[in-house]
Amino acid sequence: MNDMRRLPMAAIPSLALEGVGFTHRGQTLLHPLDLRLAGCQRTLVMGPNGAGKSLLMRLAHGLLAPSSGRVSWEGRPPRQAMVFQRPVLLKRSALANLTYVLAINGTPYRRRKPLAREALERFGLATLEKRPARVLSGGEQQRLALARAWLVDPEVLFLDEPTAALDPAAIQAVESAVGDFHRRGTRILMTTHDLQQARRLADDIVLLFGGRLVEHSPAERFFSDPQTPEARAFIRGELVW
Amino acid sequence: MPDDANAFQTALALILGGDPDLIGIVALSLQVSLSAVLIAALIALPLGAALALWRFPGRGAVIVMLNALMGLPPVVAGLAVYLLLSRAGPLGEFGLLFTPGAMVIAQVILVLPIIAALTRQQVEELHGEYREQLTSLGVSRPRRIPTLLWDARLGLTTVMLAGFGRASAEVGAVMIVGGNIDGVTRVMTTAIVLETSKGNLPLALGLGMVLLVLVALVNAAAHLVGETAQRRLG
Amino acid sequence: MKKAGLTLVAIGLAGLSLGVSARDEAPYIILASTTSTEASGLFDAIIPPFTEKTGIEVRVVAVGTGQAFEIARRGDADSLLVHDTAGEKRFVEEGYGSERADVMANDFVLIGPGEDPAGISEADTVEQAFTRIAEAAAPFASRGDDSGTNRAERRLWQAAGVEPGGEWYRELGSGMGPTLNTAAGMNAYVMADRATWVAFDNRQDLELLFEGDEALFNPYGSVLIAPERHPHLKHDLAEQWHEWLLSEQGQAAIADFEVKGQPLFFPSAAE
Repeated sequence: MNDMRRLPMAAIPSLALEGVGFTHRGQTLLHPLDLRLAGCQRTLVMGPNGAGKSLLMRLAHGLLAPSSGRVSWEGRPPRQAMVFQRPVLLKRSALANLTYVLAINGTPYRRRKPLAREALERFGLATLEKRPARVLSGGEQQRLALARAWLVDPEVLFLDEPTAALDPAAIQAVESAVGDFHRRGTRILMTTHDLQQARRLADDIVLLFGGRLVEHSPAERFFSDPQTPEARAFIRGELVW
Repeated sequence: MPDDANAFQTALALILGGDPDLIGIVALSLQVSLSAVLIAALIALPLGAALALWRFPGRGAVIVMLNALMGLPPVVAGLAVYLLLSRAGPLGEFGLLFTPGAMVIAQVILVLPIIAALTRQQVEELHGEYREQLTSLGVSRPRRIPTLLWDARLGLTTVMLAGFGRASAEVGAVMIVGGNIDGVTRVMTTAIVLETSKGNLPLALGLGMVLLVLVALVNAAAHLVGETAQRRLG
Repeated sequence: MKKAGLTLVAIGLAGLSLGVSARDEAPYIILASTTSTEASGLFDAIIPPFTEKTGIEVRVVAVGTGQAFEIARRGDADSLLVHDTAGEKRFVEEGYGSERADVMANDFVLIGPGEDPAGISEADTVEQAFTRIAEAAAPFASRGDDSGTNRAERRLWQAAGVEPGGEWYRELGSGMGPTLNTAAGMNAYVMADRATWVAFDNRQDLELLFEGDEALFNPYGSVLIAPERHPHLKHDLAEQWHEWLLSEQGQAAIADFEVKGQPLFFPSAAE
C-alpha cells in the first residue's frame, strides 16, 4: 500500500482475450477479437465513439460476460480497479467513500482512516474529507475515484474515458495520477479519443473501429508507421466521431 | 354536521388540558405504531433490498404480491392476527390477545409490505447506478444490502414515514386484536371510534385533530433529521 | 420445524409486548361485553368499586353480542356480560358456559324523526308500531350485525308478522352508536337500547317515539365460561366478578348509575 514498486513486475498475470465478441439484441457490438496484454504496459484503447472501447474495457474487467470467446487471466486474476468516465461515488463524505473500499477488502478498522487520509492527501483532497462526495466538482470527483482505486492497490487499472468531461487542469491531474499508478507497477488499460493524450501516455495502442480491432501496436510505431488505412486516417484526424 | 368550531375548541382543550387519560392514549398510540414501524423496518429493509438484488424464479410474483399487500385491509390483518393469537389459535398459549403486543404484531403485518415494496423499488433504482462500480470493487451481494440501504437513507426515511402513517391511522386491526380496552389497549383511533359511537362527534373530531398533530410532529422530526443528514453527508 | 419457527417468532413478539406493556400486572380478567353497555358508561361506574374491593382489574372488550359469544367460545375472554337470553342459554347448553344469571335489564325504545311520518307514537303495542313503519315504508335503520339488539329487533318484526325488506329497510351492519349516527343522518326509525340512546349526543331530529311495551324488555346476563372447555382461563377471578355483580353491592352500583339524571339499568338478580 506504499510507494514501493511491486517486484518483479512480470508477476502481474497476463490477460488474454480469445475470440471475444459481444452481441446485444441481435446486434453485434464487438466482433470476435484476440488481444493479449502482459507486463506493466500502458495500453491506450482508441477509436471513434461507438467503436466498442467502453465495451472492451467492461469485458476485460469482467463487468460483462462476452457473447462468444473467453477472457482469461494467466494463473490467478489480479487485483483490479476501474475508473469510469462519470465517477460513481457513494452518497457519503469523501473520506467515507475511501474507508468503504478499505472495509470491503478487509483492512482492519483502525487502519482505515489513516490510510484513507493518506490517499486523500496524495490526490490533493485533504481539505475536502468531510465534504459530501456528490457535491465535489467534476475534477475533484474524478480524483476521489482515483484515490479510491489507489487504495485497491490494483495490479491492473482500467480507465474508461476518465478525462472526457474535465477541464485542462483536471485532465493534467488525472494524467499525472495515471503516471503514479504506472510507477507503482500497475498495468494500465485506458480508453481515450484524445490523440495528444495517447501520445503523452501510451506504451502501446489498440485501435477499434466499428466494433472491430483494427490495429494493436507499440505507440511509437502506431504514430510513426501505422499499418492499416483506418489507423492512418485516424491519426490524420479524418476518422471523426 | 358537527359544530366545527366546537370540535376545534375541544381539540385545543384536550391538548392544553393535559388530561392524563388522553396522554396515556397518545403515548400508547405512539409506542405501538413506532414499535411496529421499527420491527417492520428491521425485516422489510433487508428484505426489500435483497429482492432488488437477487433474480430468482417467481421474483415477479413476489413483487406483485408485496405491492398488493400494501392494500391489505387492516380489518383482514386484524382478523388473521386474532385467529393466530386466539386461545384456540396456534399461538394462543402466549396470551398475547388483547394486549399492546398483539396490536404491534398486527401493525407490523400492515406496515411490512409497504416498507419492503418501496425499499425494493428505491434500492433497485440506486443499484442501477451503482452496479458497475460495486462489481468493480468486488462487493459481494450480501454486502451490497447495507451499502445500498445506507445510501438510499433519505428516500427510505420517507418510506418509513409512509409506514408510520399507515400504522397510526388504521383502526380495523387494533380494534380487533386490542379490544379497545380502557387504559390497556385504547389508542387514538379506537378512542375516536368509541366517541363517534357515543354520538360525541366534537370530541371524536377533536381526538382526530390531536392524532393529526401527533403524526405531523413525527414527520417533522424525521424531516429535520433528514435535512441535517443531507447537509452533513449530501 | 414450522411450529418451532412460529414458536420462536412468538417468543420474540411476547418479549416485545412485555416491553410495550411494561405496566403493573395486577390480576385482571377479560370481560367480553356489548357496545351498548360500554358506550353508556356503565363500566366506568361499576368496575372501580369492584376493583377496589377485590384488587381485580376488569378489562372490557366491547363488541357486538355475536362477536362476544365467538370470543368467549374461542377461550379469549374470562367472562361474558351480554343481552341475548336465548343465546346465553344455548351457550351454556352447548357446554361453553358453566353458569348464567340475570344481572340487570334495561329496555329498548323506538326512535324516529320528530314528525313521526308512520305515527308510531300513538301505537298501542310494539307490534303495531312495527307494522305502521312497514306500511308507511318509512326508512328504518337496522343494526344488521347479529348483535343482541339486532336479534331482539328481528324477533319483534316476526311477532308483527312483517318480513322486513325493500328500499325502506336498511341493514347497516354497525354497532348501536354508528347506527344511531346513520339514522340521524337519514332521518330513519331505529330501535335502540335505552342506555345508548340516553347517552347519545348526536340526535339531530331524532326523538324517542315509543317505549314501555313489555316486549321491549332487554335483560342482561352474566355468563361464566366452562373450566373444562378452557382450563387456562382465570375462572376464580371471573367467578368473583360474577358473584359481585349479583351481590347487594354490585346490584346497588348498577342501580345508582345514572346518565343525565336518568337511571339506565335496573338490577334484576334473582336473590
